[in-house]
Amino acid sequence: MIIHNCEGVGVTVENMTIYMDNSATTPVRKEVVEEMIPYLTENFGNPSSIYDLGKTSKHAVEKARKRVAYAIGAEENEIYFTSGGTESDNWAIKGIAFANRNKGKHIITSSIEHHAVLHACKWLEGQGFEVTYLPVDKYGMVSPEDLKNVIRDDTILISIMLANNEIGTIQPVDQIGKIARENRIYFHTDAVQAIGHVPIDVQKMNIDLLSLSGHKFQGPKGCGALYIRKGTKIEILLHGGAQERKRRAGTENVPAIAGLGKAIELAVGEIGESDKTLLEMRERLIKDLLKIPKTHLNGHPIKRLANNVNVTFEYIEGESLLLLLNAKGVFASTGSACNSSSLEPSHVLTACGVPHEIVHGSLRLSLGKMNTQEDVNTVLHQLDQKIIYPHYDFKHLTESILKSE
Amino acid sequence: MDYSAKVMDHFSNPRNMGSIENSDGIGEVGNAKCGDIMKIFLKVEGDRIADVKFQTFGCGAAIASSSMATELIKGKTLEEAWKLSNKAVAEALDGLPPIKMHCSMLAEEAIHEAINDHLRKKGLEPWND
Repeated sequence: MIIHNCEGVGVTVENMTIYMDNSATTPVRKEVVEEMIPYLTENFGNPSSIYDLGKTSKHAVEKARKRVAYAIGAEENEIYFTSGGTESDNWAIKGIAFANRNKGKHIITSSIEHHAVLHACKWLEGQGFEVTYLPVDKYGMVSPEDLKNVIRDDTILISIMLANNEIGTIQPVDQIGKIARENRIYFHTDAVQAIGHVPIDVQKMNIDLLSLSGHKFQGPKGCGALYIRKGTKIEILLHGGAQERKRRAGTENVPAIAGLGKAIELAVGEIGESDKTLLEMRERLIKDLLKIPKTHLNGHPIKRLANNVNVTFEYIEGESLLLLLNAKGVFASTGSACNSSSLEPSHVLTACGVPHEIVHGSLRLSLGKMNTQEDVNTVLHQLDQKIIYPHYDFKHLTESILKSE
Repeated sequence: MDYSAKVMDHFSNPRNMGSIENSDGIGEVGNAKCGDIMKIFLKVEGDRIADVKFQTFGCGAAIASSSMATELIKGKTLEEAWKLSNKAVAEALDGLPPIKMHCSMLAEEAIHEAINDHLRKKGLEPWND
């Protein structure tokens, strides 16, 4: 993505930005904006109103519901619109826990889930539930064998993400779903990062609940969905009006829902071709970045999202790296504690066994449809020649400190 | 991260970065676990800091604090340098985000370490806070 700005007379200033943080959020697609505009302007009716203006909005919501259902192999009446991935995760986990507490109080999740899952589980622990956090291997992979071993008679929910947001590792969801089904335990998966990259079929994968979020696949922010398999016993999280089949109150965010519907249709429809391009860029980035001395790949070499690159440099701290990249117009992300408001380093990288000392040097580049091979060239050049190379001086410093630890 | 223009200036163009051969005192603080490591080298003439250099592995605030702190103690007496507080470093940088205040603390500690290393080398008693 290159933006050229011309300023002044006879003076050309090239202002180039490369956005490689598509796992954080994505720009809304033109087609999606077009889908949304009528519901921000003339078709502003409340879908609950019975007059025509209301019905137009209602139709938009139902059209989007169909599109979401089709994208994941579900039925329309199994899709519930929410405010995003966080609400979907919270609803799935707390909703299942409280509706099924007469059956049991045990929940299984993994140590690399998104905070929306982990913190919801932590909160449930304070409410009398017991949670097992499955470890992962060095690639961030959950073992189905481990899962089998921790299932108890009172296990009511298994929540394992489809693909990880930091390292892109894709979990063996097919096997996990099978195990859950055989043991008659509800299976929830956070598919927020996977939509548009991994083909999903909730039937084949035995998924009972699935979270997704519009802005991760070029839809608008503040809108997501939760798939709830028909017949699933789940408590309501938001009480109020009768929207969403009386299960999720609140006036529907019609423009965003319409946008999400369009975005998921495009994203899932294009999986094959877009992932081929992303994969080429990903592989080139990984191959060339690993040529830089003392650089490590985080996550699985093959079973990873086509758009995810996550590496650790030993000589440079992540926030500094981001600031230097930012100065060159490159936008990316890190697992360094210094970049988080909690000052905690990435729980995902530490769960994969990456030593604390080098978690701070992690860099995530998450590719999107606007990225080009030219962007990849620029980022590689900047990182190697302009940023990392001058920091080789720090080698002695970091090595002496690592030894003293 | 919401940094002041001054922080960004000292981060992008750090002053006194590097090391001093045959230095008269070295202070090394922080740990790799928390992500910030700071090393300060002093060249002392009489009781004055004739030269000072730093190497820092850390975030933008840590590097800017190191740069500013070395600027503030260059040419000062050891006693004056000892009195440099982390607050003074942060203020000279037009402030730091609240969660980054500990980074300026690191600069103060590194200077104290370096001064005491110098004193020990001369067979003198190290100073206390």
